[in-house]
Amino acid sequence: MFRRRPEARPAQGGRLVEVFVAGKPVQVPEGASAAAAVLLSGAPAIRTTPVGGAPRLPYCMIGICFDCLAEIDGVANRQSCLVPVAPGMRIEPQVGARAARIEDAA
Amino acid sequence: MTASGHAMHDAIVIGGGLVGAAIAYGLQRQGLSTVMLDEGDVAHRASRGNFGLVWVQSKGLGAPHYQHWTHASARAWPQLAADLLAGTGIDVGLHQPGGLHFCFSDDEMAQRDALMGQLRREAGNAGYEYRMIPAAELRDMVPGLGPQVVGASWTPYDGHASPLHLLRALHAAFQDGGGLYRPNARVTAIKAAPRDFAVAIGSETVRAPRLVLASGLGNADLAPLVGLSAPLRPERGQILVTERTRQVLALPTHVVRQTEEGSLLLGDSKEDMGFDTLTQTPAIMRAIARKAVQTFPWIAELNIVRAWAALRVMSPDGKPIYDQSERYPGATIANCHSGVTLAGAHAGLLAPMIATGALAPDLSPFSARRFDVQKAA
Amino acid sequence: MITDLAIVGAGPAGMAAAIEAAALGLSVTVLDEQPAPGGQVFRAVEAAASDPALAGEFLDAGGALAKAFRAAKGIAYRPRTTLWHLDPDAGLLSVTSSGATAEIEARRVVLATGAQERPVPIPGWTLPGVMSAGAAQILLKTAGAVPEGAVVIAGQGPLCWLLAVQLLRAGVERLTLLETGSGGALRDALRAGGLWTGRKLLAKGVALMRETRARGLKVVRNVRDLRAEGDGRVSTVRWRQGTRDHALACDTLLLHEGVIPSTHITRALGLDHDWDERQLCWRPRLDEWGATSHPNVAVAGDGGGIGGWEAAAAGGRLAAIDAAHRLGRLDAAARDGRAAGVRKAQRAALALRPFLDRLYRPGPGILTPADDTIVCRCEEITAGQIRGAARRGAAGPNQVKAFLRAGMGPCQGRMCGTVVAGLIAETRGATMEQVGALRPRAPFKPMTVGELANARPEAMPELTA
Repeated sequence: MFRRRPEARPAQGGRLVEVFVAGKPVQVPEGASAAAAVLLSGAPAIRTTPVGGAPRLPYCMIGICFDCLAEIDGVANRQSCLVPVAPGMRIEPQVGARAARIEDAA
Repeated sequence: MTASGHAMHDAIVIGGGLVGAAIAYGLQRQGLSTVMLDEGDVAHRASRGNFGLVWVQSKGLGAPHYQHWTHASARAWPQLAADLLAGTGIDVGLHQPGGLHFCFSDDEMAQRDALMGQLRREAGNAGYEYRMIPAAELRDMVPGLGPQVVGASWTPYDGHASPLHLLRALHAAFQDGGGLYRPNARVTAIKAAPRDFAVAIGSETVRAPRLVLASGLGNADLAPLVGLSAPLRPERGQILVTERTRQVLALPTHVVRQTEEGSLLLGDSKEDMGFDTLTQTPAIMRAIARKAVQTFPWIAELNIVRAWAALRVMSPDGKPIYDQSERYPGATIANCHSGVTLAGAHAGLLAPMIATGALAPDLSPFSARRFDVQKAA
Repeated sequence: MITDLAIVGAGPAGMAAAIEAAALGLSVTVLDEQPAPGGQVFRAVEAAASDPALAGEFLDAGGALAKAFRAAKGIAYRPRTTLWHLDPDAGLLSVTSSGATAEIEARRVVLATGAQERPVPIPGWTLPGVMSAGAAQILLKTAGAVPEGAVVIAGQGPLCWLLAVQLLRAGVERLTLLETGSGGALRDALRAGGLWTGRKLLAKGVALMRETRARGLKVVRNVRDLRAEGDGRVSTVRWRQGTRDHALACDTLLLHEGVIPSTHITRALGLDHDWDERQLCWRPRLDEWGATSHPNVAVAGDGGGIGGWEAAAAGGRLAAIDAAHRLGRLDAAARDGRAAGVRKAQRAALALRPFLDRLYRPGPGILTPADDTIVCRCEEITAGQIRGAARRGAAGPNQVKAFLRAGMGPCQGRMCGTVVAGLIAETRGATMEQVGALRPRAPFKPMTVGELANARPEAMPELTA
């Protein structure tokens, strides 16, 4: 897992943002990504694959590998390395294939 | 034999897409030593852009032979899928639960009903079962239907399968059965004589008494070499593919289907004409997306991870071409844009006809000569 | 509103191109996926200004460039904006931003989409705890974060040394560098020359290595056959050195085998590309101004071939100067005059490349991993499966994609495409040119069906720096 360095971040004038990774509060420097929050939280996986159910954590952090897919604020399969943290953001692991949200059950 | 060597076979199939592979597989099963010649990695590959419907519902209005052929293929499909699974271990994901064609207004419902009724009349003794299903009942069959859908037509014959698994399984079964697959084998010349065809691939030549042209758009150029014609034109078709999603849609429909892997395929079928004529422009992609969301609003939040654009093989009337050469007996041409729907017929019905040397009389309306008649008229 | 020049990417090439073009009087639109300028090399450079671990070139040069970019007049800057379709004939860029879509019309397009790290498919590279070295550096740049416990950097290339220094400065205590590559590479590299012209860069590298030694970095050389192992997370890294097997406990494994041009968009556009046998990657075919085989599109920066940030910035300026000429704002003489100094800088920046390319040429196994290695991370397809499909006759990566789904997941083949092609080439005894590359299609990045369905240009909020 990763740790913050309070001596370096947040930069002067910046602040820490509290987000929730699988329900656990994590303090993250403003401007960092949701994927960074996941790695700082120590969560064992950000997703499990839809094919084999294998656990994954972010691999590339630049938006190309798609191993950082997560459910962010209720939206499934978001590339968490491209989503900056926001106060109160809820980041949940993406477990296997996403579900479609069908509201009209009438 | 020449210095470069002539490989002798019972049959040569030019084309390694869904049409060519189904016929080659069928010929090999008939005990014919068959070679399948394919192009390279970036050939036009209509097979890779197939939506994957096994679709009977509205094929062949005013053309009962086409309706019968499509229907026969749908009936042959379960055996094809079972044989491929047993032979290769590849499940091509065939499901034939019946399919839905949605209507978005009462007018559309009435027109659709009239069209289906006409198809039933044209089916004659072969029979043609369908129902018009109102929205209230439809909502129990498929989840989260949009408010603008007023109903759908349904037939029990429709289904779907994975075009890519089908292609792979046909290739595997063909090769396991002793067939010779030759990729990167672009045909450079054909020397035709009755029941004797020499096909050149660069400096190399393969020979056989039977030749099947199944190279999609490539047939337009090859057909005249064996005394046939194939007035084909390319149409660009486009399909959007979503990320894998948990199974939600049990029935295939003409605009959306869910694959075995969970992806939803979005397109806009024009039935007899296959999919709409499209280029990959944002406007067209938008139109497909809108139609999908109009039908199933919950699709809006799914991510599109891929889009296919493939060239479809269209004859002037959109129907298949099956023809035998009179000048060079032994040469057969096969063209269609429904490589999945008709795979059952190609492997199980057409290939045995080619093996014995004569297409059945009920295939004669598929001859390209029909276009000469049109021209003369 | 038609913009003269649309620039995709706000890294060194994109920023430099924008500054130059704006100075030449062109109207410029820059779109970038990230929330702030810098690209990956200068990622979050503004926010990281007070981090001592990143002191040096990153903060000095990167900070200055970002500052100049922000200050330049006449640049419409759209951060957090993703290009999903480009019609080069019409000069039409289709983008998404915050759930809305928009279209941008441009007279000329510069793709400055940069590089990606070369995927390093070793057994176990999908385990949590294994990531690219660049990813760890991004975490340091964007969050000031460092890995805890035993950290191993494995691979080769300048970034390994730079990252080692930065992590050590940032307080990482248990750090090991496992350097791959062979002992003969240095001799070969020295023959490439360019050491005098590139002496500044060379001195930088030597200083980095010296600092790692002073800070106590443990270095193991001539490493091969890397594997990551662990139950649900990496716990051990194994390798061979000479004839002996070695293992090391490891909490975080950072892989790096150099960087390669991001060719996803240039290949989707069908532009001409060449296979670079030395660096084992595709690169778009460019003229001396960065112009591609399409008359309206140029490529600047590492997306056209790896050269580092200084060469990228020079390439960006040249593409901008050429754009001004093509749009009738500069005659040929003025263009050439303005370009002369830039070219000199570009040559100096590139002087050391032949040396580096030889020194850090990836090992032959990078495109032909062992059968049990997952190659397509999205669909979990192994090298053995791909070899099997190739033996069955699959002649290229597009056919393998159709047969096995390798390259069909959300990353659209960015991670596996070249390795799939390498495995086919190996199995079929073909060259990479013969095997070819995946043909990507729009959308270049996933977007929701709803975003596409509701696409209305007027719904796009104006985003400015």
